[in-house]
Amino acid sequence: MTKVSLQLSGLEPLIVTPESNFVNVGERTNVTGSKRFARLIMEEKYEEALEVARNQVEGGAQILDVNMDEGMLDGKAAMVKFLNLIAAEPDIARIPIMIDSSKWEIIEAGLKCIQGKGVVNSISLKEGEELFIEHAKKVKRYGAAVIVMAFDEGGQADSYERRIEICERSYRVLVDKVGFPKNDIIFDPNIFPVATGIDEHNDNAVDFFRATKWIRENLPGAHVSGGVSNVSFSFRGNNPVREAMHSAFLYHAIQNGMDMGIVNPTMLEVYDDIPKELLERVEDVLLNRRSDATERLLDFAESYKSEGKKKEKDDAWRKESVEKRLEHALVKGIVEFIDEDTEEARSNYDRPLHVIEGPLMDGMNVVGDLFGSGKMFLPQVVKSARVMKKAVAYLLPFLEEEKRTNRHGERPIPTFPAGEGDTPQFQTADATAYTKLKEFARELRKNQTGAERILWANLRDGQLDGFKFRRQHIIGKYIADFVCLSHKLIVEVDGAVHQLPEVKDNDEFRTEWLESQGFKVIRFTNREVVSQLKRTKIVIANELWDIEEETSPTLGETERGQDSAPKILLATVKGDVHDIGKNIVGVVLACNNFEIIDLGVMVPAEKILDAALEHEVDAIGLSGLITPSLDEMVHVAKEMERRELSIPLMIGGATTSRIHTAVKIDPVYSGSVVHVLDASKSVPVAGELIGKESYPKIYDRVKAEYSQLRDDHANRKQVKNYISYDAAKANKLQIDWQAKTMHEPAFIGNKVFKDYSLEEIVQYIDWTPFFSTWMLKGKFPKILEHELIGEEATKLYNDALAMIKEVIDNDLLHASAVVGLYPANAVGDDIKVYTDKEKSGTKTTFHMLRQQGKKGSGLPNLSLADYVAPVESGKVDYIGAFAVTAGIGIEPLIEKYEKDHDDYNAIMIKAIADRMAEALAELMHEKVRKELWGYAATEILDNENLIREKYQGIRPAPGYPACPEHTEKRLLFDLLEVEKNTGISLTESYAMYPAASVSGFYFMHEEAKYFGLGKIEKDQVQDYAQRKGMSLQEAEKWLSPNLTYDV
Amino acid sequence: MATDIRQLLKERVLVLDGAMGTMIQRHTLEEEDFRGEHYKDHNLPLKGNNDLLSITRPDIIKDIHRQYFLAGADIVETNTFSATTIAQADYGMEDAVYDINFYSAKIAREVADEITAQTPDKPRFVTGSMGPTNRLASMSPDVNDPGYRNIDFDQLKQAFKEQAKGLLDGGVDMFLVETITDTLNAKAALFAVSELMEEEGVDIPIMVSGTITDASGRTLSGQTTEAFLISISHIPILSIGLNCALGAAQLRPYLEVLSDKAPFHTSAHPNAGLPNEFGEYDQTPEEMATQVREFLKEGFLNIVGGCCGTTPEHIKLIAEEAAKVKPRLVNSPLSIAE
Repeated sequence: MTKVSLQLSGLEPLIVTPESNFVNVGERTNVTGSKRFARLIMEEKYEEALEVARNQVEGGAQILDVNMDEGMLDGKAAMVKFLNLIAAEPDIARIPIMIDSSKWEIIEAGLKCIQGKGVVNSISLKEGEELFIEHAKKVKRYGAAVIVMAFDEGGQADSYERRIEICERSYRVLVDKVGFPKNDIIFDPNIFPVATGIDEHNDNAVDFFRATKWIRENLPGAHVSGGVSNVSFSFRGNNPVREAMHSAFLYHAIQNGMDMGIVNPTMLEVYDDIPKELLERVEDVLLNRRSDATERLLDFAESYKSEGKKKEKDDAWRKESVEKRLEHALVKGIVEFIDEDTEEARSNYDRPLHVIEGPLMDGMNVVGDLFGSGKMFLPQVVKSARVMKKAVAYLLPFLEEEKRTNRHGERPIPTFPAGEGDTPQFQTADATAYTKLKEFARELRKNQTGAERILWANLRDGQLDGFKFRRQHIIGKYIADFVCLSHKLIVEVDGAVHQLPEVKDNDEFRTEWLESQGFKVIRFTNREVVSQLKRTKIVIANELWDIEEETSPTLGETERGQDSAPKILLATVKGDVHDIGKNIVGVVLACNNFEIIDLGVMVPAEKILDAALEHEVDAIGLSGLITPSLDEMVHVAKEMERRELSIPLMIGGATTSRIHTAVKIDPVYSGSVVHVLDASKSVPVAGELIGKESYPKIYDRVKAEYSQLRDDHANRKQVKNYISYDAAKANKLQIDWQAKTMHEPAFIGNKVFKDYSLEEIVQYIDWTPFFSTWMLKGKFPKILEHELIGEEATKLYNDALAMIKEVIDNDLLHASAVVGLYPANAVGDDIKVYTDKEKSGTKTTFHMLRQQGKKGSGLPNLSLADYVAPVESGKVDYIGAFAVTAGIGIEPLIEKYEKDHDDYNAIMIKAIADRMAEALAELMHEKVRKELWGYAATEILDNENLIREKYQGIRPAPGYPACPEHTEKRLLFDLLEVEKNTGISLTESYAMYPAASVSGFYFMHEEAKYFGLGKIEKDQVQDYAQRKGMSLQEAEKWLSPNLTYDV
Repeated sequence: MATDIRQLLKERVLVLDGAMGTMIQRHTLEEEDFRGEHYKDHNLPLKGNNDLLSITRPDIIKDIHRQYFLAGADIVETNTFSATTIAQADYGMEDAVYDINFYSAKIAREVADEITAQTPDKPRFVTGSMGPTNRLASMSPDVNDPGYRNIDFDQLKQAFKEQAKGLLDGGVDMFLVETITDTLNAKAALFAVSELMEEEGVDIPIMVSGTITDASGRTLSGQTTEAFLISISHIPILSIGLNCALGAAQLRPYLEVLSDKAPFHTSAHPNAGLPNEFGEYDQTPEEMATQVREFLKEGFLNIVGGCCGTTPEHIKLIAEEAAKVKPRLVNSPLSIAE
């Protein structure tokens, strides 16, 4: 009988015996590893996603790895859906499934979907033995094999000793404490890159081989697996070398006992086919056989470069042409040589503008293409923008100089023989109609449409290449909107004018007459003028120059429409101070040849629209983070409609959504409104909005889409069940308050922490959202090892750490906190805060809201008020509140970076301050639990478990899901005297300034958990308004995202 | 349990009982029989809800158990094939699920103890029958929506756990997760049982029996016999076997696979042949015994019995055949470790 070492199954068995060489795991159905698959899943193209799986099986994969770990995805739902679909495809379901996730809940959801025996990828001791045992027990009970990462509480194993130490410990726990079948244990002892240039990495492969051998010899039954492509990470772009490395690595790994792994078969050379010289150098590196192995392989690798890909040695690029050097500097984000290279280009080109439009823009286009195709990541692009800005800044004085000496460039001011200069109006007017028309013309001038006003602002005073225009000029019995008499060109803007009774003749007749008088008539629609002003101007100018050429052929050679970069205005709306996302969008758009007018934060609608007209922008982008900003965006859109604009509007920011844009913003504005999910989407959307041909398409498409969304929304609203506010109150969370002893805090009142130690705060940083700010999605610290983005994430992380060090060393940022703890009772859904235990005075009253959605049996309709003992209980309970900031002193830093054209560091400092504010909130919460309130004095949690909120009590913030109404922040600020104690202030929309601030309540009850209020009905809003002493309208305004009904 | 069943399995091939439904049909039962006193006011018809008879006509069920024991069965199955909240939902009897399982186990226990007392050298066992329910966790009931499911793992687990609790409290010696058409349902049942036993601090054997639906050699959910075996091997079960859908002759090749590969004891309780054109099983006890003899002689099995259409007469002859052969040797190919 053949000895079997591992048995797995799909619809058919997979039997691994000591003789089976190597089990190949198909890995294209992994959203973190395959961009295409990720896109298919995000777009819910499951049919095509199944094809990816099918191709893997047909291509010889013996196990199918499925991973749905993507920040923008409901990973659990996607996992379940995809696995259920696979179950219906016998030719895919044939092979066992590897459920791959860093989230246990996704793994567990996956395990519940597979009838065969699959593999869990992965679990580890990272979060401690207890959780490891719990997960291992479950995996065993669900019936799957398991991959165990060489990772423990101290981090990921990176040496031979750590690898075997962790693997042995994991094995002993699994075998001795869990009773896990030995044959079902698969170790992943971490394949790390070699030839990175860092000496500590030289033994990465050797350590893996040795650890593999040790595991197979000392841990009976256990298997070894790994992701092979990691090893060649530093040779990305050089496929022949990578393929050789994979193959040689596998060869040695298998020799040492590795029997399973993720290998892309198309990235694998046949071991025996590797040229001898290359093999020798690759193996020198893998086996760390000589001290100069890395250098030798690097040198040799040059001769194995793939076509088109350059992997220059550090300074080889300096020998290239100046254009290539600029491109290289832009792509790599190197500012070191930018001034000298720009100067060299300037001396080579006849005009400084040509340097920008030539090599610099060419370089940025390369960056844009790479970013668009997922080959560059945001932090790199931001660095590219920094280089671009530096170069432009260098050229700026030369551009100014040129303007001064030659106002019109090389173009002569036109002179025209016939009808020169200032022909009086009466000379062209029909005498009989003149008086009447004059009156009407005056009227028209006053009542210009938005489009006419804009066009006039651009034609008057010879702005258009020096041509002189008149407006509402009477010609014969007609009034021309605009006319250049010298060139006999009439520009008509179709709109309100033609509806007026005085102009009865049809346009055709009128045009005919005007042409018979030697005039040429060109027409634009209002929309063309407003949304494509630039194009309109170019068309007019072209016509004028054509006329000029016809009449004076000697003036043939002219330049037109140089200044053609489309302009986008960006602003964070009034009342909101958050701008990291907006700045990133700005950088990304700038990298893609858009000119950005950034108005900053807290910008009123009036200012946005005035600036939009002044700068003739092609689109406006509004940004905001807090919920009241949603209303402000609606207001801006309404204003645009009122002012008859049709400039396309882009909506973005954390609380914005497609559905809100469709339901609230789109209907109030007849121009184009598009919700933009993130910075990477801003480029294609803006591109479509400014294109002459694409504009009508995106306009129609998005309008239709949003209209459909509105209908769906309206229908869905009717289906969702709500209960009355009274019924919701009756179904509150039941807590036996009599059985509970309240924990009295160490003090009553406020406690201020000024200038809190940044070193201490930094220990509490949750890094995962930091990466997500930079559009790098993945969990920290795993993201640093990520196959695709790990390298960029690591660079970014190092830059962040360096900046933190600089901030700390030079005392650049200051952090402050205030915490208040007070006796309190719930009174209905209010929470009354007392001055003292005897309740002799009331400090303030917080107003809470209650869920009104219909709940399943046994589930309460929650309100935060439920977590505080009600006054009827006769007991004194407590509530806490806090406000923290880490943004004091940030303005001069941002200013310095912006002045230096350094968006990268300007965004970085904000992102870091944000993280530190969140970290300080975490730190304070711990201090409150353990000391100040002291109800969990014995709690011991590491940062990871703090992040996972594994403690008792919650700290919900006004404006967030459990208590979404922002004006409560005012009460909280008053109670804590936040302005005085910390320097944080509130804007009119109740955003906190500095932006790197956090405030909220503390609830200590064991049952307290975060929840979302969801939608509420009018009966509760009325009650709430009454409780708060607000008008119903005002309450509805602040609660508008949470209303079940339309106001 | 008087004696360790594992010890007995080394000594001889044990005999499982035959069909319950076939035997119940020998009685002419009306709606009132099913309702009894207990459920006389229930708002839905209950006729055909055989599992209910353990409460309303325990006399009939006990008699059937007794007949099988006397025919030579070592193990009888409780009358609980459909006693889950999921399967009972058709009758609106979800609330009765614990009682059905508890009383079914209790009366089977009483009969087993009664017969064991008569012949103490031959201990009799009760195994708690857990059927597949009428919903499948890895197949969509809607051909146009293959990703859809009308039941999920957690719901199944919950239902099986309630059933197993009643069976355990009623005194079964072991569990029988049987007639498995979808391995994911079986995994939910095994998860439930092992979780329950951990919570209750008990450890009793589990028997598992799958169903190969036709000559394709696969379960309804598409697995081959070996894949099925591997998929449920994570729990240290007492036995793995096949039952229902096929007669003894058709079952033979798949039993051979199990015999070859399984690191557990093996079992079979085939139907009395394939159904005739009226949907009835008409294989005679003699015919069936002849076919069973074939694979008993080859040493494929440790436990043998009957499913649809089999009667105490079939079991009597099968028991005679079982007594003539040596039990299969359990040989685990599963491990190269140690």
